[in-house]
Amino acid sequence: MNIHEYQAKRLLQEYGVPVPRGYAATNSREVETAISHLGDDMIVVKAQIHAGGRGKGTFIDGYKGGVKVVQNRQEAQDAANHMLDNTLVTAQTGPEGRKVQTLYFTEACDIKHEYYLAVVLDRETAQTMVIASTEGGMDIEAVAEKTPEKLIRVPVSPTMGLRHYHCRRVAFALGFEGEQVKQFARILTGLYKMYWEKNAMLVEINPLVETTGGQLMALDAKVSFDSNAIFQHPEIQQLRDLNEEDPKEIEASKHSLAYIALDGNIACMVNGAGLAMATMDIIQSFGGSPANFLDVGGGANEDQVTAAFKIILSDKNVKGILVNIFGGIMKCDVIARGIVAAAKNVDITVPLVVRLEGTNVEAGKTILRESGVALTPADSLVEAAKMIVDQVEKAG
Amino acid sequence: MSILVNKDTRLVVQGITGKTGTFHTQQCIEYGTKVVAGVTPGKGGQIWEDKVPVCNTVEEAVKEHGANVSVIYVPPAFAADSILESIEAEIPLVICITEGVPVRDMAEVRRRLFFHNTKTRLIGPNCPGIITPGECKIGIMPGYIHKPGRVGVVSRSGTLTYEAVWQLTQRGHGQSTCIGIGGDPINGTSQTDAIRMFNEDPDTDAIIMIGEIGGSAEEDACAYIKEHVKKPVAGFIAGASAPKGRTMGHAGAIVSASGAGTAEAKFAAMEAAGISIARNPSEIADALLRIYKG
Repeated sequence: MNIHEYQAKRLLQEYGVPVPRGYAATNSREVETAISHLGDDMIVVKAQIHAGGRGKGTFIDGYKGGVKVVQNRQEAQDAANHMLDNTLVTAQTGPEGRKVQTLYFTEACDIKHEYYLAVVLDRETAQTMVIASTEGGMDIEAVAEKTPEKLIRVPVSPTMGLRHYHCRRVAFALGFEGEQVKQFARILTGLYKMYWEKNAMLVEINPLVETTGGQLMALDAKVSFDSNAIFQHPEIQQLRDLNEEDPKEIEASKHSLAYIALDGNIACMVNGAGLAMATMDIIQSFGGSPANFLDVGGGANEDQVTAAFKIILSDKNVKGILVNIFGGIMKCDVIARGIVAAAKNVDITVPLVVRLEGTNVEAGKTILRESGVALTPADSLVEAAKMIVDQVEKAG
Repeated sequence: MSILVNKDTRLVVQGITGKTGTFHTQQCIEYGTKVVAGVTPGKGGQIWEDKVPVCNTVEEAVKEHGANVSVIYVPPAFAADSILESIEAEIPLVICITEGVPVRDMAEVRRRLFFHNTKTRLIGPNCPGIITPGECKIGIMPGYIHKPGRVGVVSRSGTLTYEAVWQLTQRGHGQSTCIGIGGDPINGTSQTDAIRMFNEDPDTDAIIMIGEIGGSAEEDACAYIKEHVKKPVAGFIAGASAPKGRTMGHAGAIVSASGAGTAEAKFAAMEAAGISIARNPSEIADALLRIYKG
């Protein structure tokens, strides 16, 4: 789960990380109040969406930049008028962009240098890693690729935690001296504490700036949390912004289904994440285009299968459905009953190919056969994929 | 005939009285697995389904009933605790089926696994389990798709493994042991660990490795295979059609925004290691049979 920059900075502040004074606003009244809290001086106006690349983004009406540094309150108001409720397209949003429903106004500061600092679960080594660089303010993955020697990586043991020597090691590697080493240690300690206590997967400050006055502070921040642990943190759950999610994905999560919307026209319903990905892959390899990833999970019941059909069919691009179940925990007769129940509740107007294998497969096949639901049964994955791609092509 | 589990395995089921634990324990007993005890704290002294004694602790299951492998079906919030309990009881092999274990919990478990006096190997979490066909089935895989034989299968996915196993069985090739290592970013047994065991097992003649996008487990395994494995190896990677930056169901299955962990990179590593590649999930067995005649 991801949160907005202004939410991330509030959390960082709770953990003792200095951030520029700032105020969030979701409507024109709040915009006025927010601006009035800041001096009639340089102000940074920042569109709050979960996607990165905001500064270089363009709004759909041609207005440039989702992050603006302006000279006074009036200019901040003008920028806000352009940005609020407008749709911002960045390198990460896709061409449809993201509607900006919250703005964040902060004090500007004079920057001497920009650093990068993050605590992250490193997937390659399966451990917590502090990552830092003197090359802040830009895409860290580009830094990793072009100048890997400028990346400082320090692993942290979960049982020992972050120690002061870790902080010193990173601070000296970044070239800090004297008082700044202590400042930096406080920031990294807070960052790690937040990462650990809130079950984060990533807490990133980019850039961490050194002001001309020598103070270190977080100018931008990104945090993502482990969704497996979110049940332990109601205060984090409250930060979820449903505006940032696909409505179909929200509906799916209500029914404990793992659904991801894609832009193709063949919907899939599969049990197991690996098989769901492989089903998408095989559709693509036969020239089709998957409309979604959908893992109904190990213990799906009839209601969940019905919900899954409804979600799939609410995608207007869908021209065919491939159900691919290899029963383990999931019993084939349960999914078969779900398909039959769904067909009664939901008007399935597109071709439907069903492939069942595994636990209780014969019972499942019998239920489908006797139900009279219009579908094409398939015995293997390759046959099923060919059938649905063919049927969609013919219909199209 | 196999690695890790066989007909002499004495299984304890942690979470035996739960719905999932009950269903799959029944299936495993039907398959022939020796279930010697269950653990559900507070229900010690009961007899599960008139068949299996229930203990309050894993230690008791080891001491009283000689359990030497544990399988875990407890809810995600308690899974790490159950794993640690089995490690402390010095059970040599622990298999955690539970999906949705917090990553921070697994970071702590993994650290514990590295202690010098640890006697336990962990498989999973978020995995289907392990089966030595004809001898011992531990986990949630359907037993009938397997057949005793000499191909070792290791996979990050559950159902996709069944797919590959079923293809092998239909073509007349049995399996020595099939291991699902699970789809989480932090797990107990890696692709490399499993491949090393299959390579050293005299009863395994060929190996199938099924991977997914995300992380570098397959790249690491490929480096090992290139260096050490003479047995024929075939492989498949799921997620070639997955978009960047999205977690595809499994917490570990994600291509980063920069493009690390792609199916293409993993296929390339397999190619470089001389592994026979299936480009399509329905050709996994055929990819092996191109280089292995059995």
